[in-house]
Amino acid sequence: MKASMSWLRDYVAIDLPLGELARKLTMAGAEATVIQIGGDRWQGVVIGRIAAIDLHPNADRLRLVTVDLGTQQPTVVCGAPNLRLGDKIAFAHTGAELIDGYSGQRAVLKPARIRGVTSSGMVCSEKELGISDSHEGIMVLSADAPLGQPLADFLGDTVLDLEVTPNRPDLLSVIGVAREVAALTGQSVSVAEVSYPEAGPLVAEEVAVEIADPDLCPRYCASLISGIKIGDSPGWLKERLTACGMRPINNIVDVTNYVMLEYGQPLHGFDYDKIRDKKIIVRRAGEGEVLVSLDGVERSLNREMLVIADSRRMIAIAGVMGGANSEVSRDTTSILLESASFNPASIHYTSHGLGLTSEASMRFERAVRPELTLPALRRATQLMLELAGGQAAKGIIDVYPGQKERQPINLRTSRTNQILGMELTAEQIAATLSSLGFELQKAATDGDFRVMVPYWRSDISLEVDLIEEVARVVGYEAIPATMLSSSMPRQDPAPILGLKKEVRQGLAGFGFQEVITYSLTSRELLEKVVTAHPLKPAPLHLANAMTADQEYLRTSLRGNLLSALAANIRHEDGAIRLFELGRVYLPRDNALPDEVEMLCGLLAASGGEKSWNASSETIDFFAVKGVVESLLAHLYIAGSYIEAGDSGLRPGWQAAVIVNGDKIGVIGELHSKVAEAFEILRPVYLFEVSLAALLPHALDCRPFQPIARFPAVVRDIALVVDSRVSHQQVMGIIRSFALVGKVTLFDVYTGRQVPPGKKSMAYRISFQSKDHTLTDEQADKILKEILDRLAGELGASLRA
Amino acid sequence: MSAIQQLEELKTTALAELDEIADLRRLASWRVRYLGKKSRLTGILRGLAGLSLEEKKAVGAAANKLKLTLEEGFEQWQQALRDKRVLASTEKEGIDISLPGRFQPAGRLHPVTQVTAEINDIFISMGFEVVEGPEVELDYYNFEALNIPREHPARDTMATLWVDHGTDGGQQPMLLRTHTSPMQIRVMEKVPPPLRIVVPGKVYRYEATDATHIPMFYQIEGLAVDKGITMADLKGTLYEFARRFFGEDRRVRFRCDYFPFVEPGAEMAIECAVCRGSGCRLCGSSGWIEILGAGMVHPWVLERVNIDPEIYSGFAFGMGIERIPMLRYGVDDIRLFYGSDLRFLRQF
Repeated sequence: MKASMSWLRDYVAIDLPLGELARKLTMAGAEATVIQIGGDRWQGVVIGRIAAIDLHPNADRLRLVTVDLGTQQPTVVCGAPNLRLGDKIAFAHTGAELIDGYSGQRAVLKPARIRGVTSSGMVCSEKELGISDSHEGIMVLSADAPLGQPLADFLGDTVLDLEVTPNRPDLLSVIGVAREVAALTGQSVSVAEVSYPEAGPLVAEEVAVEIADPDLCPRYCASLISGIKIGDSPGWLKERLTACGMRPINNIVDVTNYVMLEYGQPLHGFDYDKIRDKKIIVRRAGEGEVLVSLDGVERSLNREMLVIADSRRMIAIAGVMGGANSEVSRDTTSILLESASFNPASIHYTSHGLGLTSEASMRFERAVRPELTLPALRRATQLMLELAGGQAAKGIIDVYPGQKERQPINLRTSRTNQILGMELTAEQIAATLSSLGFELQKAATDGDFRVMVPYWRSDISLEVDLIEEVARVVGYEAIPATMLSSSMPRQDPAPILGLKKEVRQGLAGFGFQEVITYSLTSRELLEKVVTAHPLKPAPLHLANAMTADQEYLRTSLRGNLLSALAANIRHEDGAIRLFELGRVYLPRDNALPDEVEMLCGLLAASGGEKSWNASSETIDFFAVKGVVESLLAHLYIAGSYIEAGDSGLRPGWQAAVIVNGDKIGVIGELHSKVAEAFEILRPVYLFEVSLAALLPHALDCRPFQPIARFPAVVRDIALVVDSRVSHQQVMGIIRSFALVGKVTLFDVYTGRQVPPGKKSMAYRISFQSKDHTLTDEQADKILKEILDRLAGELGASLRA
Repeated sequence: MSAIQQLEELKTTALAELDEIADLRRLASWRVRYLGKKSRLTGILRGLAGLSLEEKKAVGAAANKLKLTLEEGFEQWQQALRDKRVLASTEKEGIDISLPGRFQPAGRLHPVTQVTAEINDIFISMGFEVVEGPEVELDYYNFEALNIPREHPARDTMATLWVDHGTDGGQQPMLLRTHTSPMQIRVMEKVPPPLRIVVPGKVYRYEATDATHIPMFYQIEGLAVDKGITMADLKGTLYEFARRFFGEDRRVRFRCDYFPFVEPGAEMAIECAVCRGSGCRLCGSSGWIEILGAGMVHPWVLERVNIDPEIYSGFAFGMGIERIPMLRYGVDDIRLFYGSDLRFLRQF
């Protein structure tokens, strides 16, 4: 909401510096900035009159305009369509700083040759002067603008620009802002009495109003003015509208806009002669009923939308926009002026359903009080009579099915202080609320009040609403800052939070960079990471996705992570380690989806990075397996690995990660088809772990293990086994023996020195007892038993 | 040759040999040769038993003396050799210590993860518990229960992404939560007061992407409900957070603002770090940067979860997270956080 200072000063005395006033308004809820219209920015711009319009010798669409500035008469080239002889205009001398109509940038005006004619200076549009975005034609000033005077002296004003929150439609009006200013600065608001002669016939005999849907229209008021003359509004009115960001149109439309800005009540003027049978019906639209609105667009409505109709057809979309069929035109002589109140939700629905917002709908959807209709209507009627002549019919139409008696709200001083943490007295509270126009009566209990809400406030219905009013006028600065003093509530942090923290820290320690990617993705990307189709589970789809690449909720972290890798490979020649810990969204029937915390990591081999001492770091399946092993060890979890069949990974080069019999994840080399789809040429290894599946295993509280006090006996063995025998099988047997401590595989060999189809595996086994020193003999005895079992179950022999 | 003579001779050769020794390994074998179990000296000492008492006395004394001499010589020579070695090693030509070291790959956590953890920790120290909630929500929790019914203008400020899948046969619309506030309801439904929680997490908006807008970002919600909680407690808690997070010298502003689910409502801003309050481009010339919305939990919200607003009161706040590293590190494009560019992420 823009409110010009000169207009505000009609209602309230302002003696504060403007910066301070803006600060007070901001602190009290409506962020305010001070905008200077004109002033220094219009240096070199003066008022001129169009003295002659001649054709340009070399261009059909350009004109040579001679401007009378009183003392000089420069001629400039101008292409505006609305040039009219005798109009007062804003003329910029060369050297003036204007806003370029096309680029929007500020630039100093220079002399120019346009199609062979020199042009020194310019006739300005509103956009060039920074008044509005209008650049279709030049700005026409009122006829009383003094010739040759600086434009700033005539039009300059200061405007308060307020960001009004949705609960305060009353601040979408100059009087509302004046009331706020008055309350915050200790002033009072004076609104002049409205009176006008009612010389015409009885209004009720000229028009009938029926509200068919009172739930959507609690009140409908109207006045009738006949014999008016459509014309331009006077300069003062145009300038106020312009300063508030609205474009003047004609005296009738301008009055409705002016009073809307003044009172916050939207009004609409119908051409009375276009209303069939002089009957107004406020009703729901028929399904698919069509109306051309004032902006010339054909609108198809539905049964949930409220319209204003005459006896035969719709003539306006209630509270949103008038219809072209009843529009005020140059020939209009009688005006039916509407000032009504509509259901805010209904207006919001209609306006959003039609994609049509207006100054009126914006106010109505924020709830305009029905009490406001009458004063605004009277003010507008008075102003129209003043500016367009004619006579007003006797009386006013006032159909008010939604009338409710206003109920007082109880307010307790004790409660106010209890909520705010302040120590205000009943007198302070009363004074504060009174300054805002609330009426207070003392209640039976000392310090309690019965408070009547002023009719222009639609946002106050509870005691806390009043408490906020008190706080904002006293000032939030006055609220003390205290720390919570009650005892600390019991805490049961979810175990997953701790697990996520440990996993993140562990992986960062292993050299992995965390990334976070969008949870929204495309089906294409989800399908790209697997080689088996169709995609399972089917991802959740958005009903109103912004873009095709953010249409689905991800069911896997892989796609986004591989995209991230592919993008980074272009500028990273070293090995790349990435991980993401985030949710995937698995649909469920008739329920919110299962949001599973997943971990996915990628390990990409170096792209040929060179270094003087590059350690020959191998990135292969065992590197990624090592990461998962280390991560599990970091979490005190032991995992095992079995062959897996993940369609996104290379067959035979992948494993499922098993913890205590549960599959918690998978590791492996990226399937070449997947790598190809992402145009990744380096070998990539992937791990994926479900934290939800891992969580139950991470909870164990492991008892302390005493440190071994007796020396270990170490034996090395080299086994020859069938090449299909796995390390896991060998380890299973070795580990099953008591007194076996650390076991390390230190060599795997296939080649000339072992028979074909066989391999050699060398292990170092240490034997250790908790309670005595083992002898060589004891160790050898166990070793023999181990070898016997390895021979019996796996066909292993000792390598000669 | 008498035993005494033998000892004399032994002493001469042993010490002469010792003088020649230049390394510790040979010194060790010298020790074995002259002082070991099988050395001549040990042999002489063992042979004492067969000697007369007088001889035994003389030879024994001489042999023990020689043993001491040799042991002393050994110790001294060993020390000398060690010193010499240290000296030699320090005199040797040095290395080019400016050559790059062998780099350990170091990963980092995402800046949003880091800042979230930092914020969490401050609130944990004030007795708040971290909880998380669903990102796919029901209309009821995201809007209705927070006093934002259908057709409420506040919905327009939170453009919503709707999920193409309803529960209850489509009666309950499903959406991507537009703020972390639905967890206020979910937690209060389950946990009776007193409670203090913070809820970090992703939120979503139907918004075109540019340098300051993205469709997914992080928020952190705070909620405290108990008997006697006041607006002053809210202000104190938020000021303490701002003091610890942004530093003692950053001014803080607490002003009235509107959110349908709190009353009274408030907004907190901190002094712009660039212009220190005098107004610049970053803060839109106001000198302040808004960082969070807050207020006292609306009585209707409490009633909806069966908490009596006459007995209990509470405060709530919500803050965008990306804003904070943007202000702290001068990041001017929010898209960088989710672009996964290592050149960006490695800087945090």
